[in-house]
Amino acid sequence: MIDLKRRALVKGSLAASAIGFVVAAGLLIPRSVLAAWNALAFRAEDPATALQEMLGTEDHTPSEEVRIRAPDNAENAAAVRVTVETDLEDAESISIIASGNRYPLLASFELGPRAEGFIEMNIKMAETADVVAVVKRGDSLFSAAKNVHVTEGGCAG
Amino acid sequence: MSRIRIRAEAKGGSTSVRSLITHPMESGLRKDSETGELVPAQFIQEVVCKWKDEVVLRAHWSGGVSKDPYLAFRFRGGEPGDPVEISWTDSEGQTASATVEIR
Repeated sequence: MIDLKRRALVKGSLAASAIGFVVAAGLLIPRSVLAAWNALAFRAEDPATALQEMLGTEDHTPSEEVRIRAPDNAENAAAVRVTVETDLEDAESISIIASGNRYPLLASFELGPRAEGFIEMNIKMAETADVVAVVKRGDSLFSAAKNVHVTEGGCAG
Repeated sequence: MSRIRIRAEAKGGSTSVRSLITHPMESGLRKDSETGELVPAQFIQEVVCKWKDEVVLRAHWSGGVSKDPYLAFRFRGGEPGDPVEISWTDSEGQTASATVEIR
């Protein structure tokens, strides 16, 4: 009886380790659970490619109607407070980029009809770099940037 | 494991929402300080914010959003007592949601 149980256990753990192997090999890891999550944009390693993939163009025009607030010096690179506001009528989305991160595109917000042009959040920064807010309206992108100095090591964003 | 705290306040014709989600937001790029191994990615990919049944804001995130994400936004309309719901889905397919009444 004990022996049987033991065998079942051994079998079970073998099966489990086989699954573990498959997962480790990356075969079972979903590329993305969400169809809508834009892997090409979020895994792009430069801001231009990220914008092209997410918003259809990399060209953006600095605009006074987009404002970004962030600290001059980030005391904690793992949590840098960023505030974005826009007065642009019919703004469709707000995207936030940390230019020096390995994957620069951090977030993209689709604005529903009621949404006001205001987003505040905390981001990780790998190094001193511009944080860029990009607002999409129609086929055009409008932006504002703020340089944030990262003192210590930074953080793997 | 996961909690969502939401505060929604109506003022001057619009509603201001502040929220705090408990989530590790592992980007997959961070090394464990003891083992030196990369910590597997697990981060929120989508956040949906609703007023009543209407989607006000839909966010897509990378692992570059800070641990225990903070998110504030505003929308036109909303009266005290109306429900505001925030839900998220992460890269492992886990989900959570919470609803509060506007104050």
